[in-house]
Amino acid sequence: MDLELILMQLFSGLALGAILVMVALGLTIVFGMLGIVNFAHGALFMVGAYAGLWIAAQTGSFWWALLVAPIAIGVLGMLIERFLIRPLYGRTPDDPLLLTFGLGYVLVESVRITFGTDGIPFSAPEELQGVVDMGIGYFPVYRLFVMGVVAGVLVLLWLALEKTRYGLIIRAGARDPLIMRVLGVDVSRLWLLVFGLGVGLTALGGVLAAPMRSVSPEMGTLVLAEAFVVTVIGGMGSLLGAVVAGLLVGVVVSMTALFAPEMATIVMFALMAFILLVRPQGLFGRPGLGA
Amino acid sequence: MTTQLDRPRSGVSRRAVLAGMGAGVGLLAAPAIVRAQAESIRIGFPVPLTGPYGAEAKDQVKSAELAVKLMNDKGGIAGRKIELLVRDDKLNAGEAATRTLELIEKDKVHAVVGSLSSAVQLAVNEVTRARGVIYVSISQSDTINEAKDFSKYTFHEALNPHMTTAAVARATFKKGAKIAFLVADYAYGHEMLRGFKRAAAEIGAEVVGEILHPIGAADYSTLMPRIRSMKPDILAICNFGRDQANAIKQANDFGMKKQMQIIVPVLLYNQRIAVAPEVFEGVIGGANYYWELENTVPTAKAFNAAYKAAYGTVPTDYGAYGFTGVSALLLGMEKAGSTDTDKVIDALQSLKYDVAKGPQWFRACDHQSVQSVLVLKSRAKSEMKGDADVFEIIANEAPSEQMLRTCAELGFPT
Repeated sequence: MDLELILMQLFSGLALGAILVMVALGLTIVFGMLGIVNFAHGALFMVGAYAGLWIAAQTGSFWWALLVAPIAIGVLGMLIERFLIRPLYGRTPDDPLLLTFGLGYVLVESVRITFGTDGIPFSAPEELQGVVDMGIGYFPVYRLFVMGVVAGVLVLLWLALEKTRYGLIIRAGARDPLIMRVLGVDVSRLWLLVFGLGVGLTALGGVLAAPMRSVSPEMGTLVLAEAFVVTVIGGMGSLLGAVVAGLLVGVVVSMTALFAPEMATIVMFALMAFILLVRPQGLFGRPGLGA
Repeated sequence: MTTQLDRPRSGVSRRAVLAGMGAGVGLLAAPAIVRAQAESIRIGFPVPLTGPYGAEAKDQVKSAELAVKLMNDKGGIAGRKIELLVRDDKLNAGEAATRTLELIEKDKVHAVVGSLSSAVQLAVNEVTRARGVIYVSISQSDTINEAKDFSKYTFHEALNPHMTTAAVARATFKKGAKIAFLVADYAYGHEMLRGFKRAAAEIGAEVVGEILHPIGAADYSTLMPRIRSMKPDILAICNFGRDQANAIKQANDFGMKKQMQIIVPVLLYNQRIAVAPEVFEGVIGGANYYWELENTVPTAKAFNAAYKAAYGTVPTDYGAYGFTGVSALLLGMEKAGSTDTDKVIDALQSLKYDVAKGPQWFRACDHQSVQSVLVLKSRAKSEMKGDADVFEIIANEAPSEQMLRTCAELGFPT
């Protein structure tokens, strides 16, 4: 087994990890800020892919889909928060969990009824097709593009949370919503925005994944499981955790694929079990918060 | 005897035909009334209407209903009308067994046709074997032919992995060619792999590596660098449905097609439509049916025309199994002149039929349908003359018992 192959495998793992990060981010933001475990996350990922598909078909451009679909689905997310989840605040955590679980089914069935159970073709735009010679091997241009987009989103998210007033309020609101309310901040509007952001991120993940994987109503199911694994490994609610764990899982899966490909899916669950044994709160999780 | 179904009466509804026929029979021959009022022949049809193979299952239902309609238009069998009882097996072995049992116990079906996945098919087979009901299976499997699973009540209408892989290998493998395998880690993948490896050994091709992947994996990117490093001439992707679409799509993203020929054991029309032409371009695979067969086979032309008149589209490969499977059973009942299980089994064993794809018959020892095997190549977008013009037939192997494993090899006494 030569060095080039191992390097190439590492790189494939990072690219796979970038997609995992994209999906896990929204899940962890919503949990970290609102304390809601969103079981509809995978379905919203799928809805994002279909929205992208529809917009691309209407406008004939992948770029419009990439821009508009996450915003549109983000707004849908805000409607979901306002009218479905908000009435459940203050109840036990099981209620929003059951609600989002059911919502996921409703979304999948709605898409099945509207678009059918077959997949629908969706290709990367012409300018992003093909492969690039990286010196260690050939790699699809589109996957490099996805890595770039994810990196860009991370930087923007970090800037927004660390450098803006809204970011400050969001971080404070996650720590102690009661004090924020006492200080006169409209916490419910904050939560509305955060939920919309989380949903928008997963929708963006769906649009990004659409040209790589076939678009089908079931595409969100597997993604949800992966997102949970990444979130738990990184620490529930930790953004840095989601990023590190996403890349870590990608690389571990990839390296396993090199030596024992049939184990590639199981290994991420084994990793999660190991982390939970050694560090129950996850890599970057705070003890007591969701652990 | 070669039987050919009538051409369709397009534009006339089934109900009108039945009503007219009933009236005519009543006027002409009084004794026939007794027969016309006789109990209808009921055929159970469990298929996975919901789930990932829903599209194929719906096509199977359409084709099966067409077969029933054509036979009813001719006056049914011995004056008895035929009814198709479709049930959703949800691609789940337990669900399929329950539905099949209900069909037999409650609905009192005379025979069962159907099921699309190999695991589900074996569950249906268990039930029909235990109850002594005829079952015409329309899903690919090798094990159902083997002596340990054999039941005299079971007829296997679908191709089996051994047949498709051998045909595809004969069309693509050459002596000394290097073959790599990407295989779904379950029964179907393993059976396809075994078939291809056997063919490779016969032809003298070299196997350079095999990679197993979990069924239902979403991302195959991490497997691509290793496949490339094996430097194969041919990559055989042995999985099904969406797994196949995703694996081919991602192999294409990694530019694999420039270096190797991609082949699959079974190339599906619906899957090709669900992905883009450029993704499948040049991929070679086996099939039981493709509508373009109409250029050389008269019954294919009649089947396509009937299908088009009823549904406005061309029939698909897995869908066609619904037609050939139900037609074979009905012809067997017609030949037996009754629905008596033993008589129908005898009739089916000696039946030669040609309903959509040229001559077919069931081999005596294992009840496998001997039939032609197609090898298809996916067309480039620029070569397509229409939306349905997705494949080119590059080989059509004539039916022969030589293409099956021998009865002795399957464990039958010789």
